[in-house]
Amino acid sequence: MLKYDLVVVGGGPAGMAAALKAKECGVEKILICERDETLGGILEQCIHTGFGLHYFGEELSGPEYAARFIEQVEKTDIDVKVNTMVLDITTNNVVIAINKQDGLMEISATAIVLAMGCRERPRGAISIPGTRPAGVMTAGTAQRFANIDGYLPGKEVVILGSGDIGLIMARRMTLEGAKVKAVCELMPYSGGLTRNIVQCLDDFDIPLKLSHTVTEIRGKDRVEGVTISKVDGNLKPIPGTEEYIPCDTLMLSVGLLPENELSRSVGIRLDKVTGGAVVDQYRETNHEGIFACGNVLHVHDLVDFVTQEAQTAGEGAANYILGKKEYADYRIHTKGINGVRYVVPQRISMDGSEEPVKLYFRVGQVFTNATVKVTRNGNVIYAKKKRKLAPGEMENIVIKPEDLQDFSEGDYLFIEVEG
Amino acid sequence: MEVRELTCVACPMGCQMTASIDNGVVVSVTGNTCPRGKKYAETECTHPVRPLTTTVKVDGGKHPVVPVKSADAVPKEKMFDCMKVLNEVVVKAPVKIGDVIVENICDTGINIVATNIC
Repeated sequence: MLKYDLVVVGGGPAGMAAALKAKECGVEKILICERDETLGGILEQCIHTGFGLHYFGEELSGPEYAARFIEQVEKTDIDVKVNTMVLDITTNNVVIAINKQDGLMEISATAIVLAMGCRERPRGAISIPGTRPAGVMTAGTAQRFANIDGYLPGKEVVILGSGDIGLIMARRMTLEGAKVKAVCELMPYSGGLTRNIVQCLDDFDIPLKLSHTVTEIRGKDRVEGVTISKVDGNLKPIPGTEEYIPCDTLMLSVGLLPENELSRSVGIRLDKVTGGAVVDQYRETNHEGIFACGNVLHVHDLVDFVTQEAQTAGEGAANYILGKKEYADYRIHTKGINGVRYVVPQRISMDGSEEPVKLYFRVGQVFTNATVKVTRNGNVIYAKKKRKLAPGEMENIVIKPEDLQDFSEGDYLFIEVEG
Repeated sequence: MEVRELTCVACPMGCQMTASIDNGVVVSVTGNTCPRGKKYAETECTHPVRPLTTTVKVDGGKHPVVPVKSADAVPKEKMFDCMKVLNEVVVKAPVKIGDVIVENICDTGINIVATNIC
């Protein structure tokens, strides 16, 4: 059996940053397992710019952002196994992985960082009626075809879902000469960043049809067209509002799901809203020695925040491995209410730490000129005015250590939006 | 005096800004939270520019295409002209990050550079 202090599952931005941080903290034997042929993860196909503004203070493309971490990993003695699929993790922290060179491996790890990322919801997840022709694909699949494999995956395109990947692909397809006829969004607001609506849709006069969905796909071998309909307040299609749009491609950008099969099989508790593990402020799951970070924990909109979170997990794993971590006496919970959909971390280990705790959260609807409040036992311990809060944009607040005194086991910190 | 509402695209924050324009000159910008926002509003109201990212074909590389970007934002109205040029370009592997792929594209004074290895 191979033996490592730390095994990181996934070599994207989260996995690389966690491994590098753990190395910096003094962990000796580290292994990254990556199923693709290179490190970098999904950044390799995200050729647009906008990455790194927070972390590096400059605007990079996805591959450039990834390259900065790949170069750092290559300078260390961190072992990397690419083309390597992790199949299972056992309850005593043994990672089962496979590749062509080594065959089936059992790798014993003191700690594990889960950094598997997320995947896109496919057609089957949203049950669109109609035939099953070629030409229905997720926006991310189209992105890989266009940006890595060099194919133009369609000429006349309708996009369902206004998540960032869908918006980015609307621009990408347009620049390559395709006609993007419409972007339909089920909700009355877009799930993507406002800047992407401006520079990916408005710039090219691509209509964004809010409160619209695809109600039929037509075509035998290849998509010939789709029918779109307006939806009511309960998101049900309104009869009589159907509009047929001829097209050869339907791209789906209808949400991302953290990829937690491995977490589930080892018995890690998952949050029903995020789809990721329930973690504490060090990103440790309920399974001792297993940490999670990046899009496998909750879907981020900026890779910069993935990097930060992964460093937190890497440091947490290092402290665990090196025995520097005080065992928490008890834990308290965080909970989003009144417009706050979720909060990460979901719990805070009360181990006498003097460090502030950063809470990340997402709202469930658009708010303007609202106040974000944190309360404990009915007392407000944090309040801040926000000009705009939107579901597509993750927010964060910092709780000072003095506000975390005198809690009892199982107490709650509530995060809410007022106004 | 003309007043324009803008969403800043300088970074993912997407600040909502208001610009006042007098005789083709931006005289005030409000709503921005950093100097980049002010610069964006001034440029957007006079000569809008956008960063351009795409791919070019590679001969003998690991993949058939390599991603590229404009080293600086190009005039918005020249984006499709630049695409036309880039669609004809074939580079020889190996390609390194930062390699200049096209110099002074469409007389914009801006270079197109590679953003990945291939």
